[in-house]
Amino acid sequence: MRQEADSAVLPVAATRPRASRRLLTSDQAIAIALVAPSIVAIAVFVYGFIGRTAYISLVRWNDIAPDYTFVGLTNYIRLMDVERFQIDLKNTLVFTVTFIILCLAVGLLLAMLLDQRIRFEAVFRTIFIFPLAISFIVTGVAWRWLETPSSGINLLFDAVGLDFLMNGWFTDPNIGILGVVLAAFWQMSGYVMALYLAGLRGISEDVREAARVDGATEWQSFWHVIFPLLHPITLTAVIILGHISLKIFDLTVSMTGPGPGFATDVPSLFMYQTTFFGSRFSQGAAIAMVLLLLVSILIVPYLIYNARNEVQR
Amino acid sequence: MSAHPGGSSTDLLRERRIERRVFLKTLLGATGLAAGSSLLAACGSQQATPAAPAKTESKPAETKPAAPAATTAPAAAAKPAEGKPAASGKPGGRLEMFSWWTTGGEEAGLKAMYAIFEKSHPGVEIVNQAVAGAAGSNAKAVLKTRMQGGDPPDSFQVHMGRELTDGYVAANQVEPLNDLYKSEKYEEAFPKGVLEIVQANGNYWSVPVNIHRANVLWFNKKVLADNQINPPETFDDFFSAAEKLKAKGITPLALGDKEPFASAHLFETVLLGVLGPDAYKGLWTGATKWEDAKVTTALENMKKMLGYINADHAALTWDQANDQLIQGKAAMTIMGDWVNGDYTQKKFNDYGWTLSPGTKGMFDALSDTFALPKNAKNRDNAIDWLKLAGSVEGQDAFNPLKGSIPANINAGKAAGYNDYLKSTMKDWTSHTIVPSVVHGAAAKDGWAQSYTDAINSFVTKQDVASTQKALAAACTDAGVCK
Amino acid sequence: MSARVVASGRRWRAVSVRPGRIAIYVTLVIFALFYLMPVYVLLVTGLKSFTEVTLDRMWALPEGFSLDSFRDAWLGNAQTAIPGIARNFWNTILLTVPATIISAILGSVNGYVLSKWKFRGADVLFPVILFGMFIPYQAVLIPLVQTMQVLGLYGSIPGLVFVHVVYGIPITTLIFRNYYATVPGELVEAARIDGAGILGVYRQIILPLSWPGFVVVVIWQFTSIWNEFLFAIVLTSNPQVQPIMVALNNLAGSYSVQWNIQMAGALMAALPTLLVYILLGRFFLRGLLAGSLKG
Repeated sequence: MRQEADSAVLPVAATRPRASRRLLTSDQAIAIALVAPSIVAIAVFVYGFIGRTAYISLVRWNDIAPDYTFVGLTNYIRLMDVERFQIDLKNTLVFTVTFIILCLAVGLLLAMLLDQRIRFEAVFRTIFIFPLAISFIVTGVAWRWLETPSSGINLLFDAVGLDFLMNGWFTDPNIGILGVVLAAFWQMSGYVMALYLAGLRGISEDVREAARVDGATEWQSFWHVIFPLLHPITLTAVIILGHISLKIFDLTVSMTGPGPGFATDVPSLFMYQTTFFGSRFSQGAAIAMVLLLLVSILIVPYLIYNARNEVQR
Repeated sequence: MSAHPGGSSTDLLRERRIERRVFLKTLLGATGLAAGSSLLAACGSQQATPAAPAKTESKPAETKPAAPAATTAPAAAAKPAEGKPAASGKPGGRLEMFSWWTTGGEEAGLKAMYAIFEKSHPGVEIVNQAVAGAAGSNAKAVLKTRMQGGDPPDSFQVHMGRELTDGYVAANQVEPLNDLYKSEKYEEAFPKGVLEIVQANGNYWSVPVNIHRANVLWFNKKVLADNQINPPETFDDFFSAAEKLKAKGITPLALGDKEPFASAHLFETVLLGVLGPDAYKGLWTGATKWEDAKVTTALENMKKMLGYINADHAALTWDQANDQLIQGKAAMTIMGDWVNGDYTQKKFNDYGWTLSPGTKGMFDALSDTFALPKNAKNRDNAIDWLKLAGSVEGQDAFNPLKGSIPANINAGKAAGYNDYLKSTMKDWTSHTIVPSVVHGAAAKDGWAQSYTDAINSFVTKQDVASTQKALAAACTDAGVCK
Repeated sequence: MSARVVASGRRWRAVSVRPGRIAIYVTLVIFALFYLMPVYVLLVTGLKSFTEVTLDRMWALPEGFSLDSFRDAWLGNAQTAIPGIARNFWNTILLTVPATIISAILGSVNGYVLSKWKFRGADVLFPVILFGMFIPYQAVLIPLVQTMQVLGLYGSIPGLVFVHVVYGIPITTLIFRNYYATVPGELVEAARIDGAGILGVYRQIILPLSWPGFVVVVIWQFTSIWNEFLFAIVLTSNPQVQPIMVALNNLAGSYSVQWNIQMAGALMAALPTLLVYILLGRFFLRGLLAGSLKG
């Protein structure tokens, strides 16, 4: 190979732009060949399938027998009238908001505490993060029993005299979704803590000293100097947590099912049941597309923002 | 790698002609990597092992198996095959069965039928594909996918009625069984009500093996006796009894609707009790309007009944609610007759039964049947299986173990049927038969699910008007109402 | 922001035992108890004998030490018709190991190309690929099932391997790309000067350096695939073939299975990923943070 390379040396000005006016360089061709399978796979299995699902949502396939009669947006319009779906959207909203706020608040708190030069910091850190290694199914099984009204946490409340706190948890039609939020929070808050801890550790001591110099209280120095520096992390956490909560499925399957009055129903569960149990493929596809839209609103700006920042770097 | 002195950017940019071989090799290599697993898959075939006994919480929980469960290993050739047609082509062959009978008495019953089949078909390997979970919902989902993918089993369990006829029949994926019905004289063996339900477009589509009854009210004998209450027959009876019980601190009606089908089931019996058999049947054909005042009455009755249920109903499954009745905390429950099997398993005998309020003389039926998919690989074996399923011998082997009554009116004289089953068998030949919606007879899957969803909502919100609208919309969605 | 959660630069403050410090420790301990509470219940219930397992004594420590629940959950119990999860455990190993290895290799190659060989459009390509990691998989489920049937891969573990490899491409590419971005360009240039082409650079420079990246990706993918549920339940139907999370969900969803067996099953299902986390937590964290923080 070396002698070949020697003989093919080109003058200085043979920079890349000029290369693109000719045939691709061998290396570039190989580069493309290397990523081609992945590109094809993603093109088909992600974008192609999304397109197909969108198509299915526009036809009238709501029985075992496929029926590809085009009906436009009928499925979507009908869906908005379905009470179960309306409740699902409400549940998703409540879930997302409480889940994010809880995780951010506790994650930040724990990160700040751990940042204080604690003994056994590694132990605490391991404990706070380990739920991330567990499946949502396992979490659902454990928390279903913890939140069983006749036992579980209610028992604890009773034992310590806090019986006014006893409630129906996820079997309560009014607040059922919060029971699921608790389990999801247990699982994911360690992630936020890890993010914030990394962020805090990245803030140099000088900055902290500078913040403290003018006699500002710890709280003021935190709120006005430190926390703003953590905004990128907060943003990332909100995006990641948000998209997880929009997609939540496994947890509801193993922990609660749709729940009384659909108190713990979520769009992904509705989609699964209506498609595979009810054979309503077009309705399921419509739900999936709505879910996709919601997730895209969250993710696409984030991806664009990230991509732009990279180009600048 | 030797150090190259200098190393200006110019030297860096070596350009080579495209080397096609390198290009192709790389492309192949990368693709081969990515597709390596699928090549492996193409060689491997799906295992068809007998499913291990998996638990299921399908509604008919079971009586203790009276007979030990038979194995599915092909028995050594014993009797020569009787006059039944030989298996397709080669001796023996297979029979791939699909069901959701994975535990307890129902599995025992299935295996008992397998034993009979093996005796008459030595050398046929029975492959028992059973999928557990969610009262058959999982199995149905799997079956749908398989049928769509062109990989049907040889025969499969399916609820009688619209679940099949508006499902696989409409999708043109099963064969009509008219010839079989003629040759086995099923038209004389099954009551007219059943023949109506398994029919569509003038053809018969499946063979019913058993019958369960949905409109049964079970009660704790001691609790009712202690309170001088007679088993209620009408709604008025029920409500006055409920008032008495409530005053004594006893839950009048035990309900466990953690799985939403339980409350949908309750409402189905209320609908039947208020509308009567003809108007009830009309709901599912479009003859009766869902906006009808009688439906409103039914919803209002249901709402009143919901005032008498246990407060923790949303956290309990139907059999856990049954426990409350067993313990005397609750007096009555309205549920299908798999409850009977539950009592037997829990060794509780102090129960009585009557028909759910207002349904005297009516038989709200559901049935497990077997159908014949198109392009079944072992069609002849499948047809023989269907013959067995509809026969007196097969049904008498199956039903005592499962805790249901045979669909065949000539069966039922064998041992093993308890008092409840015997009395129900009598009703089966005389009462008016109507199809159950919650259990697949009256409406197809999608409609049954919308119906169940509407009632699930109703239990919490108790809004009669909006639920009635939702029920009507479900009918329109299903393409039956205009 | 550095993606390393390692205490860098201890901040020294007066370390007297102030009430503030005590409050900090107390708070941390309370939270630690909260996080450990479910594990306690799982463990304690699994270790109880059958007679001890009543709902009103959920929190009590076991009197004896009984492995019956674990045995029943693992091997199954023919009498009570409980399916064991042993078979599914093995299925999941057969699923996770190949899928992890293949998707790690793919990710490495993709990450290498996208970070070091910017052809035209590479910068647009990357977010396009990345989007695939965020989509709700319900949006591809129906066509996926149909396609898998056409390919003859429905209902098999190799089919699931294929699916996980495909949908794992975005995250593995992301992790490797960010990792390789930290490899100085000069190393690559130097190798090219010596005449190495794209494959040569990979073999000589990148691959030897990739070890930490592979560890992170392998741990991350192993955990994700082991814990995954949606694809598993939709694409496999035969209980003999299903991965462990589906088996666990079936076990836990059954009325007739006692809850102590469900707990024992849950623990056993969680054990592999827990072990990986406990032993290799550092790399686990890196994977966690890799997709989140830039650079």
